[in-house]
Amino acid sequence: MIATALGALGRPVLQAVAAAGRVALFAAQVLGHILRPPFYLRELGSSLLQIGWYSLPVVGLTAIFTGGALALQIYAGGSRFNAESVVPSIVAIGMTRELGPVLGGLMVAARVASSIAAEIGTMKVTEQIDALVTLSTNPLKYLAVPRVLAATLAMPVLVATGDAIGIMGGWLVGITRLDFNSAAYLKNTVDFLEAWDIGSGLVKGAVFGFIVAVMGCYHGMNSARGAQGVGAATKAAVVSASVLILAANYVLTEVFFTT
Amino acid sequence: MIALADVQKRFGENRVLQGVNLQIASGTSMVIIGGSGTGKSVLLKCILGLVRPDQGTITLDGQDVTKADRDAFLARFGMLFQGGALFDSLKVWENVAFRLVRGPKALPKDRAREIAIEKLRRVGLKPETADLFPAELSGGMQKRVGLARAIAAEPEIIFFDEPTTGLDPIMAGVINALIREIVTEMGATAMTITHDMSSVRAIADNVAMLHGGVIRWTGPVTELDATPDPYVQQFIHGRADGPIESVR
Repeated sequence: MIATALGALGRPVLQAVAAAGRVALFAAQVLGHILRPPFYLRELGSSLLQIGWYSLPVVGLTAIFTGGALALQIYAGGSRFNAESVVPSIVAIGMTRELGPVLGGLMVAARVASSIAAEIGTMKVTEQIDALVTLSTNPLKYLAVPRVLAATLAMPVLVATGDAIGIMGGWLVGITRLDFNSAAYLKNTVDFLEAWDIGSGLVKGAVFGFIVAVMGCYHGMNSARGAQGVGAATKAAVVSASVLILAANYVLTEVFFTT
Repeated sequence: MIALADVQKRFGENRVLQGVNLQIASGTSMVIIGGSGTGKSVLLKCILGLVRPDQGTITLDGQDVTKADRDAFLARFGMLFQGGALFDSLKVWENVAFRLVRGPKALPKDRAREIAIEKLRRVGLKPETADLFPAELSGGMQKRVGLARAIAAEPEIIFFDEPTTGLDPIMAGVINALIREIVTEMGATAMTITHDMSSVRAIADNVAMLHGGVIRWTGPVTELDATPDPYVQQFIHGRADGPIESVR
């Protein structure tokens, strides 16, 4: 009875540990291949376009609405103790440290991890990955390395863009709905924002980009056969990337701001 | 020569290959026949190193394939996949020239494109198809592009996995004839897996029947009809009654 209960408890734990180990090994293999030739520059360029450029609209829209809502919330909260003037600085700090990288990362996870997993998963079930091997091409190097590298490089740029758009969203709401003076709002934003507020967000962005692409590639390459297999791989890629982004965000915040 | 000795492979409780022994002489065309799910594709993937056998040895010209330099080993092979396995994101000519523009002996892009167009012409496709994407082609055309890719680097050994599956009888005949012509013309060693008897008669020099995880019968294609083996007879005549269970 007790052994059965312990077994039922231990089995999923062991499975989870084994899965974490497989993902870690996969990520280590990708990292090991990044600096070793051959380099697939065309695939890297194409991935930068797909992951970076085409994610700009969704990241920008997320940022502008979040910045606006944040301004309204901080104003409402600040008014309870006559601190309405903190709106510009809190919007800027909140966007650059937390909301820019986290929401940007989650939106990119939804858009990119799913797309990578579905594409590579379909390649697997249609034997395109086997075909790569027979053509003397390492699938990990050809498919995963350019995507992981592109996501890691593109995410900080997306986060920086999202930060700027989010702050502008707060400014727009501030001057149109909350009666802030435009120049004073911008001065407040610049005066209270420190370089590390922005830098920490960019580092988080790079880590989240790495997570998104690794999870997309890992689940795609381990997709089961058939449409259901590809669907399951896509879902697993988005869920695992999102959860890992949130977990990594907490760890990075601890490291950056509490030590 | 490709030689397989006691090759075994299992997936969980399913023992797919239970001791395969087979020899394919250089410059000959061997066709492996057998029902669906008998392990033909697994056998082919074992030779290519896509699946690692649990037991047994596979040698190519006396060298163990699992210990050979992978790139040098694979450079000797060409492969036509069942579904074509063309890369969706690349144009037709880029698919055909995939191996030519990569690796230590990479050719300049223009030269690789010329060769790709020449190979496309060889399989009966017009140069205009070179700049199309695979999704714009019919099933038969995709098979031809796959064939052009398999022969692009002029390999010594070519594998064909169910080359006529999903094609109408006329297109299947065209593909069979092309395979036979190309294999003869190149002097390549060919291994084909199929359950299409018209392919067997058009392509094979020798035939081996895989059943129950072992090679049940092997011999020249000219002796296929005359063999008294009941498994072979049931298979080649497509009979429901016989030693092979119709529901597997």
